[in-house]
Amino acid sequence: MFNSYKENTLKYDPEECINCGMCSKVCPHGVFAKGEKAAVLVNKEACMECGACFLNCPTEAIEVDSGVGCASAMIRAALTGSKEVTCDSGSADADKPLEAPACGRNDKT
Amino acid sequence: MAENISVTESQVTTATSTITFKNRLDHFLARWGYRRAYHRVEPGLYALGKPTPDSPVFVTANYTLSFDALRSNLKGVDCYILVLDTMGINVWCAAGKGTFGTEELMNRIKATGLENVVSHRKMTLPQLGAAGVSAFSLKEWCGWQVEYGPVRAEDLPEYLKTHKATPEMRRVRFGLWDRIVLIPVELVASFFIYAVVAVLLYLLMGPMAALAATVAFLAGTALFPALLPWLPTKDFSTKGFILGFILMLPFAAYVYLGEGTPVVKGLAILSYMLTWPPVIAFMTLNFTGSTTFTSRTGVRKEIFRYIPFMAGMFVLGVLANVILEAARLMKVI
Repeated sequence: MFNSYKENTLKYDPEECINCGMCSKVCPHGVFAKGEKAAVLVNKEACMECGACFLNCPTEAIEVDSGVGCASAMIRAALTGSKEVTCDSGSADADKPLEAPACGRNDKT
Repeated sequence: MAENISVTESQVTTATSTITFKNRLDHFLARWGYRRAYHRVEPGLYALGKPTPDSPVFVTANYTLSFDALRSNLKGVDCYILVLDTMGINVWCAAGKGTFGTEELMNRIKATGLENVVSHRKMTLPQLGAAGVSAFSLKEWCGWQVEYGPVRAEDLPEYLKTHKATPEMRRVRFGLWDRIVLIPVELVASFFIYAVVAVLLYLLMGPMAALAATVAFLAGTALFPALLPWLPTKDFSTKGFILGFILMLPFAAYVYLGEGTPVVKGLAILSYMLTWPPVIAFMTLNFTGSTTFTSRTGVRKEIFRYIPFMAGMFVLGVLANVILEAARLMKVI
């Protein structure tokens, strides 16, 4: 009840894993842990679909449909009919940057 | 025929790890959303201290808060800092959209002539940059080896002692202070629409209606970020509804204890309880993008689940209000 975050698009195939340890290193939410022979998916529900593990997995053992979980960006995309679901902080046109929205991700390192 | 040897010109700018008053002012203005996209550092290669060809290389974004966090935490470390062009966006957001990405990293290595400056091929990236950079692809494409450092630059001094990050250093946090610093930007973002609504309500319906709008504005922008983990349920919309109901209770009590027939009181209470909680819930749902943990799948589910409900409730609340005001005007009740 009242939890829309139980499921996500993360898929992991231990058969493909070569135990390089990269996924457990890059995940900011401890979704993967280093195992003896292969990485272990320990907390799938905590996945925020940032895509870091997928991008840094050399064997395609991990798959995730990555994107930014931002309601205002998604509502705006739905209203304007644009497909691109991302925040408008920094448009592609460097000369004409849009005012960035309030974003908590906007102050890490 | 003369030999034409092309050597990439290496341009290195000197940087310090000192944060000046001007830097602090810039940070303050960024926090208040003032010219938010223009808190930028020139992309390129910087030298901190007295680096040699063996010195380490750190990579960051060209957002002043990112660059300043990195350099201020590298006090006493002789090193190079490679600043990528992320258009004034922090590492994590830029990684999410690919501007802090493998391609930009590769191009920036070449453009700065970094390969002529250092003798090794190793660089340390912030962990959150991994959402945009593929370490094995970079290695394959140009031979550079990426090491992912800790999430926060403040953990760098500890990390650099062993080059091993503790599990704590690898986790992104969203503590009370991390949330509180976001409040100014939230306030600024909705202030205009709030001011218009509050003035209109004050003129049309009086001070209590304007006060309710003020409570909703402060709840959605300030109270919610602060209280986030302590509000019940996991969904942001339901957290917002609960916060909204609680905050509207005093208004309901005020109406209940005041003058009027039961019908008038009932309509006025309905108006408060139906109009403002969905407004607050909508604002809190929009806060998902500011947090560090919501997935796109989950947020999409929330939108489909709750937005129709919010809209319906809001319309009913406004309707109750319209009936109430119309009846008052016509002196029916």
